[in-house]
Amino acid sequence: MDPGFFLLFATVSVITALTVVLARNPVHSALALMACFLNISAIFVMLEAPLLAVIQIFVYVGAIMVLFLFVIMMIDVREAVLQRFLPGSNLPAMGLLILLGIEMLVLVLWSDRFSITEPAAIGGGDQIRQLSTTLFADYLLPFEAASVILLAALVGAIVLARKE
Amino acid sequence: MVPLSWYIILGVVLFVIGAAGVLVRRNILVVLMSLELLLNSVNINFIAFGRYYGDFRGQIFAIFVIAITAAEVAVALGILVALVRNKSTLKVDEVTMMKG
Repeated sequence: MDPGFFLLFATVSVITALTVVLARNPVHSALALMACFLNISAIFVMLEAPLLAVIQIFVYVGAIMVLFLFVIMMIDVREAVLQRFLPGSNLPAMGLLILLGIEMLVLVLWSDRFSITEPAAIGGGDQIRQLSTTLFADYLLPFEAASVILLAALVGAIVLARKE
Repeated sequence: MVPLSWYIILGVVLFVIGAAGVLVRRNILVVLMSLELLLNSVNINFIAFGRYYGDFRGQIFAIFVIAITAAEVAVALGILVALVRNKSTLKVDEVTMMKG
């Protein structure tokens, strides 16, 4: 609600995201990414999506980042650590990215449809109950498809990482 | 109250940083982490729009994005482990097995 809180969380998440890209050591990148995800979940709480904030912490910080850290520990990163990051090494890509960022910012700031400050009231009552009712009634088929995709990814990861 | 455009601008900034990580870095692990950053900026946009227009579907699609991301990370890290076992490299430029 408070713009001060938003500015705090947004600033910290942007700084940690920059650390992810600029850090030399992949372990530092993973830890900065974890801090970034925690700040993004705080922003989800500000957007009144507490269920998404909890899912963000459980799935990203709890599962995906642990997976990343395990893989970093499993493989030898010393050779990769020696790779220094040079911002000027890929000039066309950097120019393209700056162009993309300026274009998106201009489009967002130009339009007046994004300047609304008062969020629309969601029909009263228990929000998480309504959310889950919508998820399991109207979006049951995509939900089942997502579960099948997760099962396929599980089996695929086991097969890929198995020793011959 | 925080205007909607602030959330969108935060999403834009995180998206550009993530795209920079994907395009510029040469380390596969950092490229995968930057991909996570991209998907998270999209999630911020989904939830902000859903909140400001009074619609649950933003949150539902954010849940789907998170589920698909978990699957993607599992498969990508499996491929990475198999790659390191066969070629023992972590640089994107040296992975040219599918180049024809």
